[in-house]
Amino acid sequence: MNGSLHLWLIPLLPFAGFLVNGILGSRLPRWLVSTIGLLAPFLSFLLVLNAYALTSISAATCPGCSPVGAAALPYVEVFPHPWIAIGGLRADFSFFLDPLSLVMLLVVTGVGFLIHIYSVGYMAHEEGYARYFSFLNLFLFFMTVLVLAGNVLLMFVGWEGVGLASYLLISFYFKWDSAAAAGKKAFIVNRIGDFGFLIGIFLILASFGTLNFSQIAQVLALKAAWHGGLLTVICLCLLVGAAGKSAQLPLYVWLPDAMEGPTPVSALIHAATMVTAGVYLIARTHFLFDRAPIALAVVAIVGAATALFAATIGLVQNDIKRVLAYSTISQLGYMFLACGVAAYSAAIFHLVTHAFFKALLFLAAGSVIHAMGGEQDMRKMGGLRKRLPVTFWTMTIAVFTIAGFPPLAAFFSKDAILYSAFVSGTGGKILWFVGLLTALLTSLYMFRLWYMTFFGELRSPDVHPHESPLSMRAPLVILALLSICGGWIGIESFSAYLAPSVGFHPAVSNPSLEFILTLVAVLAALEGWLIADKYYRRKTERPAQLAAALPAGYKLLANKYYVDEIYGVVLVKPLFAFSQYVLGWVIDTGILGGIAWLLAGTANLSGMILQRWQSGNLRSYAAWLTAAAAALLLFVFHVPIGTYLGAHGIGLQLNLHWMGH
Amino acid sequence: MSFLQNDVPLNWYLLLSAVLFSLGVVGFLIKRNLITVFMSIELMLNAVNLSFVAFAYQWHEVKGQIFVFFVMMVAAAEAAVGLAIIIAVFRVRATLAVDRIDLMKL
Repeated sequence: MNGSLHLWLIPLLPFAGFLVNGILGSRLPRWLVSTIGLLAPFLSFLLVLNAYALTSISAATCPGCSPVGAAALPYVEVFPHPWIAIGGLRADFSFFLDPLSLVMLLVVTGVGFLIHIYSVGYMAHEEGYARYFSFLNLFLFFMTVLVLAGNVLLMFVGWEGVGLASYLLISFYFKWDSAAAAGKKAFIVNRIGDFGFLIGIFLILASFGTLNFSQIAQVLALKAAWHGGLLTVICLCLLVGAAGKSAQLPLYVWLPDAMEGPTPVSALIHAATMVTAGVYLIARTHFLFDRAPIALAVVAIVGAATALFAATIGLVQNDIKRVLAYSTISQLGYMFLACGVAAYSAAIFHLVTHAFFKALLFLAAGSVIHAMGGEQDMRKMGGLRKRLPVTFWTMTIAVFTIAGFPPLAAFFSKDAILYSAFVSGTGGKILWFVGLLTALLTSLYMFRLWYMTFFGELRSPDVHPHESPLSMRAPLVILALLSICGGWIGIESFSAYLAPSVGFHPAVSNPSLEFILTLVAVLAALEGWLIADKYYRRKTERPAQLAAALPAGYKLLANKYYVDEIYGVVLVKPLFAFSQYVLGWVIDTGILGGIAWLLAGTANLSGMILQRWQSGNLRSYAAWLTAAAAALLLFVFHVPIGTYLGAHGIGLQLNLHWMGH
Repeated sequence: MSFLQNDVPLNWYLLLSAVLFSLGVVGFLIKRNLITVFMSIELMLNAVNLSFVAFAYQWHEVKGQIFVFFVMMVAAAEAAVGLAIIIAVFRVRATLAVDRIDLMKL
């Protein structure tokens, strides 16, 4: 534990970038804004790499001998002064680094830095350049706080903060109504999830008396017999939070709309990092979920259902970014599925590879959109293969990766998830089958996107696509390489590395079974490709015929199962009506307004009455004075003085004996 | 001296004082001319002075007479200031009608 890793700098550098660009950015030249905006995540990334190197040294060398500067995991940094200390509640600014948060940090800062570079090219001609970079840095600040947090409360701060950054960036083009509405939608739907998370935090505090992750784990370790019950409730609350942030059923509705933001934002926040925070939360609190089998089963079911549900919607979307958005929801469903069968390391493995290939997909899509002059409708694209060679080849790698072809990254992680699902009891077979079906659909819609965008003829003749600048191509190539190699570490060594954080992943006990499952998964991906090839390359008239043959099914999918409409009727409309009629009319106008009106009316009325006294006429004052003096005299002479005034010592010392004369 | 004590009882002085005071009050209330109002105030003050002196004589107390001197002093000062104000008001408003001088009204 010698040598400091300076973890506190990892969030604070992007925060400094946010402050500088946010306050001064509009007055600085663009190159300086870009430099500041890029430097902050780059330095954070270097610090993370430094932490990784130092902790690896310490793990690799023999115990006892400690090289200079090396540090052991888990590594904790606590700000000396407590943040909150009230009675039994104590929360610190504590940063907690273990293999899980280290892997997550590498993804967040690494992919984050690449996307910052990409943004320089993508946003070059946009208004609000400095605002964009300051928000992006703000996001990195909160995301690293979320990942590094050593207690639930600090994690919640980061959790809310990334929600804020997400909101700001979705509504980046705030002049468009649709972008502003999408930002609000994301914020409100996330509030519902955060409500669950908050209840979970309160329950944790009530039942454990601490919010610190390692202390919770210690308390649980002491009570070996404690299963289910309150833990199930806590886990379900946390699941609500995770489902809100990670866009799972039934709270996924905000993510497709979040595509209103700039494309690099979609890549960074709504694909690679922030939306995986829910998976990270479950992995981070896995010791709770391990003791709550019912909650775990719910996690698995939610994940599997979301994966399949979103994949079917993705089949018929025509907006290139929306296809990717539903794909993201579907892949997040995979991660939840893995968490639900207690294969946390497989979930994190898929999180990492997904960060690579989904960021790549979004950035490549951004490059396509950039080349098409802002057009996002795939029906107007086509034939871009020759004109955007770099984008085409990197996108191809990404498409083959997400479809799960060996030896690309997602092949390994998806395989690990499907295998873990298959071996987890009878229900696991169903989960596995749903996962397999989703894999087929994933392959189908991704190849559909691929064919519609890059093959055939360009369907909008007045556009002249051009390849993107170097600042956009370089991140594409790097991410493509990562998408190829990212999975080569293999689930065994990856889970061995993560074991101190999330427990051991059940090793492959049956190699032949695993081989068969892998083969089936690859065949499913191949099948999806073949269908896409047939429908979208060779017989392009077939999809329309199919849609005409099954109008009900097509409409159901094209309208996204009418979920937005159902939510509108079931939740939003009644809430609106309640707000307008009950809260607005009865309570606000009626009760509160009535009370205010009554108070003001009383004051007004008494003022009007008393005003008449103050006539300003000297003689009326004099008359009142006289009348009052007369009244006082009458009072004095008719009431026995001794009993009232004399007793009170006011001292109206009139000696009245002479009155008798 | 004994003539006073024997022939004019205290009640008469008090009655005169009360009549003068009431005249002052009524004049104060009903007269429109500022100078008349001012004179009414003087009348009230002197009515009070009379009862002070009468009591002081009756009870052989010198305090009452000292009070009268004080009242006269204040009345003299008041007359000086009051008349000055009246002249100033007349210069500005060109009237001495009390009803018209309602500067305090909003």
